[in-house]
Formats: sequence, C-alpha cells, structure tokens
Amino acid sequence: MKYLFYPGCSLHSTSSAYLDSLHAIEGKLGFELSEVEDWNCCGANEYIALHRIPSYALIARNLALAEEQQNGAQTLVAACSACYVNLARTAKYMGTDKELNARVNDALGAGGMHYTAGSVEVRHILDLMCNKLGACKIKKMVERPLSGLRVAPYYGCMVLRPDPDNRWRDPESPTALEELILATGADLVDFPLRTHCCSGHMPQITTETSLDLIRRLVEGAVKSGADLLITTCPLCQLNIDGYQAQMNKFFGTSYSMPIIFFTQLIGLAFGLSPKAVGIGKEIVSAAPALARIGVKEEAAPVTSRRPPKDTGLPMPRMPKAYGDEL
Amino acid sequence: MDHTPRRLFALIKAGEMEEVLQSNTPWYCVSCYFCMIRCPQEIHITDLMYGLKTLAYQRGYTHNNKATHLSTTFAGYIERYGRAFELGIAARHYLRHPPKDLLGTGRMGTAMILKGRLKFLPERIKGTTQLNKILTRAKELETAL
Repeated sequence: MKYLFYPGCSLHSTSSAYLDSLHAIEGKLGFELSEVEDWNCCGANEYIALHRIPSYALIARNLALAEEQQNGAQTLVAACSACYVNLARTAKYMGTDKELNARVNDALGAGGMHYTAGSVEVRHILDLMCNKLGACKIKKMVERPLSGLRVAPYYGCMVLRPDPDNRWRDPESPTALEELILATGADLVDFPLRTHCCSGHMPQITTETSLDLIRRLVEGAVKSGADLLITTCPLCQLNIDGYQAQMNKFFGTSYSMPIIFFTQLIGLAFGLSPKAVGIGKEIVSAAPALARIGVKEEAAPVTSRRPPKDTGLPMPRMPKAYGDEL
Repeated sequence: MDHTPRRLFALIKAGEMEEVLQSNTPWYCVSCYFCMIRCPQEIHITDLMYGLKTLAYQRGYTHNNKATHLSTTFAGYIERYGRAFELGIAARHYLRHPPKDLLGTGRMGTAMILKGRLKFLPERIKGTTQLNKILTRAKELETAL
C-alpha cells in the first residue's frame, strides 16, 4: 500500500531512531511511505498558542501539499503524535467549520495553494498497523520472538486523544500497543499510567512539575516490573529518556528505565539487528535489557588495522612465544 | 497555576476577562486532551485554552512569561526556516531563562549531540517565501476578526 508520509521535525533530528526503524520495517509490513515534498513544521503546540488562523494555515499548507502530491495514495501518515493531532484536527475542522475553511484557504491562496476539505485522510502509523493491518498479521512476520522481555506500553496523549476521527474504540483504555507487544512474543506488563502525560514542553517552563510527572511514569514502570517502555511519541521518548538523569538527581532516586519506539521493538522481532533499528541512540541504554534475552549487536570481526601487502618487503617476524623458533 | 480550570471558566462566564487573560492557567495546559474526552458537556477545553493563550498574547498580557517566550522562539524558527530547529530553540530559550540544573541540562545536551540526535544546522524548506506569504495573509485575517 502506498502512503504519503509526514515525518515531522523530531523524526529528522531528536528521534531519528523512530524514522530509521520505521523505514527498516515498512517494506516487510507492505507499506510504501513516500515523504511529502517540502513539508513544513506543524507548529507543535507552540504556534497555535500564539496565533489561531495562521496556525491552521501553517498546518493546512502540508495538507495542500499532500493533496497536490497524492499519487493514488489518499492517506497521509504521521508518526509524531503532535504532528498527527495537528494535521487530523485541521483536516477535521476545515471540513466542519465553513468560516475557518474559507479563511484558511484565503491565506493559502496568498501562496498559490488550496486545500479541498476531505481530500486527504490523516492517520497515525500505530492506527494503520493495528486497525488496518492488524496485530495478527504482524505476528506472522515475527522471526525472532522476544520471549522473556518484559515490555510496558506507553501511549502518551495525542495519538489517542482527542481522536477527531474516532479511530479508537476507547481512548482511555487502549489495546493497540498491547496487541503489538504480544505479537512480538514479548511479555506484556500491566502499566496503568500508559495514557498519562509525560509533561510535554514543561521541562523548559516549570522543570519541577515536569520532573514529577516523569518520576511518576518511570517509578510506575519500574514497580510494574518492566524491562523497558515502548512509546509512540518523540516528545515522550525525549522527556522520559533525556530527563531521567535530572529526575533521579532531583528526587534522589536511581531508576534506570529505557524507553524505545514501538517500531524499534517490531524491527527487533522481525530479526533486524539492534543497530538497524536505531538502538543505541537512547540515552538510558536499552542494551542491558535486550542482552538479557540474547539480542545484542554482533561484535565486528577483528581485523588488523593494516593488512600486510603481498608486494612489500618481508618484515622480520617475532616468534610467537619465546623459544618457539629459536 | 493561579486559577483552576473550573474557576477560570466561571470567571469567563462572569465576564471577568481582564482577570482571565492575566491568569497563567492556560499556559500550564500541556494539551494532553484528557479533560476534553472526559467532559460530559463535550466542551473543547484544550482548544479553549489555546484560544485564551492567543488572546492573551495578542493583547499583550503575557509579558515576562516563560511559556510565551518558548512559543515565540519556536515560532521564530518556523517562520524563518519552515521547520523547527531544536538546538537553536533550546540555546535561545536557555540563554533567556537559564535552567536551574545547569550541569544536568548541559550533560543531557552533550549526550544528545554525541548520540547524533541534535543537528547543528537548521533544515530549510524550499517554500519559505511562500510560507511567509501564507502566514502574513493569515495574520491579516486574524486581526480583521
């Protein structure tokens, strides 16, 4: 299946592991993701805090680009939660609010663009995997079952909520990541805080508040006995992974809870090497947890730094051990 | 947070807009959308919070507010390059509001750079002029409201 793909800024920088692992598994899943050309940032939840119409216009430029570039693919797939919710909300509101639609298209017109409401369907990659492909199909593709690895799912907020297109049966108690974890053969850990907030952009604003939210999640995951967390959101990954050291210092704790993207876990179950799915880019290393079930990077064969040339002069050789050739 | 969301909405109903726009409550909203799916009246609370933020910002109520500064820094990069530039945003924001745990933040930044997760140069889209034309027109439409 062909899909238009909107990676978003995070996947090009702070969450490159997400992009790498997604590209590593897309072929096997039967997806063909072609990146929307010249996409711009969706503004996350910063631009919309300052301007209303410009923020919708900023997002709608991407929808207009997707409409122009759709080549048999009507679905625009986003991987980042904030990008997904921004694109989905704008597409929805432009369909339901005629005045907004007119204003946004007026603004787009200044750049020679137009978006016809309803021409692009916005979906998240998790929604596509679970609701379109199905976890049982993914289970059949697994080549290396991750049995023994205790994995806790962590959704974050915006993939499930506000759910403008009713993609999920119950946004408060979802089962999508759970199904995927079971499909990979890993052990599912019950993690009640799986839909709670990671504090979003709060580390830059009120650090104490955000560190407390991060502590709740990390402590919850440790107490539920998980080896690692999997997530769908670049910002959740960054907050829980990057701020864990500061959180430990602030609360005097010594937790170590690695968090990776769900696509990385699926890639590992597909038999890909940890490096191919971007393991190693996380700050709290997932390697010890993966080594426990025998998934590790194969050591590169030891080669001498400068192989001897056949044409060169014979070099004097040292006897292997004292007395060998003497 | 100086007012709880309930009190904030009661203040709006009472017409105390001055007090509402001065409040820092909307700036504490991280848009987790939990309230929105639980609200029995189906009020779009998160969208309302965004609305209050834009009103406060556009009417100049948010001087010396860390959250506004983060948003304006972020928006500046988008308008200039078309994409967000994490290293630039973090550097500018932290120069203006130094983090309390300077060492920890420094360590995190170094780790991010060593892992190849922070780019040193921003990505620029081809259509920056087009994007700015769109945004300028959109801002005109917004002030005309």
